[in-house]
Amino acid sequence: MTSIMEIERLNLHYGEFHALKNMKLDIPKQTVTAFIGPSGCGKSTFLRTLNRMNDLVPGVQIDGSVKLDGQDIYSDDTDVETLRKRVGMVFQQPNPFPKSIFDNVAYGPRLHGIKDKARLNEIVERSLRGASLWEEVKDLLNKSALSLSGGQQQRLCIARALAVEPDVLLMDEATSALDPISTLKIEELVRELKKDYTIVMVTHNMHQAARVSDRTAFFLNGELVETDDTEKLFSNPVDSRTEDYITGRFG
Amino acid sequence: MKATLQPSNRSSDGASLAAPVQGEADNQPMNDTSSRPSGGNRKRSRSGGEWFGKTYTLICVSVLIITIFSIVYFVASKGLATFFVDGVSLKEFLTGVKWSPDGEPASFGALPFITGSFMTSILAACISAPLAFCAAIFMTELMPKFGKRVMQPVIELLAGIPSVVYGFVGLTVIVPTLRAIFPGQGLGVAAGAIVLSIMILPTITTIATDAMSNLPRGLKEGSYALGATRWQTISRSILPAVMPSMLTGVVLGIARAFGEALAVQMVIGNAPFIPKSLFESASTLTSVITLSMGNTIMGSVQNNVLWSLALVLLTMTFVFVFIVRVLERRSLR
Repeated sequence: MTSIMEIERLNLHYGEFHALKNMKLDIPKQTVTAFIGPSGCGKSTFLRTLNRMNDLVPGVQIDGSVKLDGQDIYSDDTDVETLRKRVGMVFQQPNPFPKSIFDNVAYGPRLHGIKDKARLNEIVERSLRGASLWEEVKDLLNKSALSLSGGQQQRLCIARALAVEPDVLLMDEATSALDPISTLKIEELVRELKKDYTIVMVTHNMHQAARVSDRTAFFLNGELVETDDTEKLFSNPVDSRTEDYITGRFG
Repeated sequence: MKATLQPSNRSSDGASLAAPVQGEADNQPMNDTSSRPSGGNRKRSRSGGEWFGKTYTLICVSVLIITIFSIVYFVASKGLATFFVDGVSLKEFLTGVKWSPDGEPASFGALPFITGSFMTSILAACISAPLAFCAAIFMTELMPKFGKRVMQPVIELLAGIPSVVYGFVGLTVIVPTLRAIFPGQGLGVAAGAIVLSIMILPTITTIATDAMSNLPRGLKEGSYALGATRWQTISRSILPAVMPSMLTGVVLGIARAFGEALAVQMVIGNAPFIPKSLFESASTLTSVITLSMGNTIMGSVQNNVLWSLALVLLTMTFVFVFIVRVLERRSLR
């Protein structure tokens, strides 16, 4: 299986604090990779290095290499905007813009210069279908996105990310603020989406990782302890710390 | 202990302000009915505190309400006397352009002042609003550290400068500059508007800055994560989201400019005409009131008509407050 992203010798410092220690990870194409680990272990921070969202945080220093299709995304000739278009992101809290549902989904395409109304219509419909939201909102496209329920808002954010046709979709605990039924819907959606996209998700919930991911990476105190096929990692972990975590001895 | 005694002393005896430095024993009898937090007779003392608090706030609120209503009543009764007692027609007052209260026959056309007030304050807002928007964006988005530490205090300082100082600076700096560049004496609506625009800058900037820094973090991150540049994020995501609050700030700014008297009066030239250009002398409602108040006799028509001008000001203030309320409700939705 070919890798779409390859991370090597990645170190991240917040001022004095060494948040990510010498990480190495390959992310294979069209799979779901899950990051698990206790709070504060660096899994969200790591996720944010993959589309350079950490650039927005003052005092962050990164070294090592993060390659997307063989290209180092931290090299000087990388265009951050193009990178973020290729590596989309869904956040923990649903964060639709205070605009209509249509304008939310069309926001990304418009940023990248698409003005043609017919084309926008087509993109919006395709993205909303892709996020399994179309049937619920097709008659409400001009309504405010804030009038949707939390689960719908999160799927709208997924649709919004899909609208710019990314290769990789990062999900930062995208279901932790949702109720169980909405969570289930999004998990189904993730399984559907991996046919076309590569998905990297951070989750607090080990069962979720076991349910939806193909590969799982276990983080602890800024270290990437173990990465393996999900089934193998949960049934037969190599490192004793992984075993302690998945059997519920801590975290 | 001593801190808790203070309110009880004030409530029971206004004169005993020195009580906190007295010995504890002296105050002991009062404690039973005061807000003493511990010790015997807890129930009674607590309800005493409740009673004290309720009465105290009730008195404060009543004083406020009575004051406001008295002012409105006083201004309205005096202002309306012009029309009902002195027989000046309301139509002439609101639409007449000739102001000569001491003339033969006297005429009381206040339109020049109403126009002057609106022109200066709206023009001031037009100058101030873009500056305030940009300052707010700079302070929240571009250089938050420098903005919070240096710029915000400086802008807030502007709010504390007395208006006579603004007027003085306007008279010695802005008026000569305008005189050198444009035809006329330099005194006029333009000078007034420029002075006012600086005076209302802190109001609009503070409200805009607060609105921007209160935006949810996710809003910006969501935009950046879709590949937006900083400018795209500001113009497409942040500005639309803070627009209602911005408008509130602008209306509050206009309201403040509308009511400002001294600084405007010093630079506007005080001619009772509707100006044909921005560099011609004019007057505002406030400037004509401050200038004429001392020269009229209480109860005369010349005095009453000034109250009518004040009534117009007061009414406009209510309108502005109403607009702000409507905008706020819209932004909450």
